[in-house]
Amino acid sequence: MNNYELMVIFTPVLSEEDFKASQKKYSDMITETGGEIIHSNPWGLKSLAFPIQKKTTGIYWILEFTGPGDLNEKMKIQMLRDEQVMRHMITRLDKYAVEYNHVKRNGGFAMQDKTEA
Amino acid sequence: MAKNEIKYLTAIKQEKPKKKFCRFKKYGIKYVDYKDIEFLKKFINEQGKLLPRRLTGNSLKYQRKVQDAVKKARQMALLPYVTDLLK
Repeated sequence: MNNYELMVIFTPVLSEEDFKASQKKYSDMITETGGEIIHSNPWGLKSLAFPIQKKTTGIYWILEFTGPGDLNEKMKIQMLRDEQVMRHMITRLDKYAVEYNHVKRNGGFAMQDKTEA
Repeated sequence: MAKNEIKYLTAIKQEKPKKKFCRFKKYGIKYVDYKDIEFLKKFINEQGKLLPRRLTGNSLKYQRKVQDAVKKARQMALLPYVTDLLK
């Protein structure tokens, strides 16, 4: 059971409930195959750094979950087929990343940790 | 003797370059988050290109982590591949 982090960019024309529906669709797919959702964090509409598919804005969604390895393959197939999804990325989280996300979520990071001298 | 030539008694003291340190070792940062744009911007120049180690002062291990994070951020359109006057 590895930790993964999924980031998805949906097309900006997506309405609110479609956005929720697709979130639910992918979350259910994870929980069905024995995975477990740690944290879902929709960023919502953000402007992209460069146009993707002729669009300059996109709806971001980040999902942190644990699951078996082969789950990602199924997710990828689903996402490539789904035309609402412009771009997606699944990254594997090592133990430092998991600890980082956990601390970040609980507001543990004081600012001076990041600033240099 | 040229009138405007200035003679210094002691040599001009050049400003000693600040000792660079690897901020990841110093502050014990273990993971570079690709979503944290403000932090990543410290490692790229105005054109959006990655700064070399001799400028950022990072150790090799953490420079590679920064490199991966920046490339992931570029992939997910959080950072541009090439731009001008990014900062």
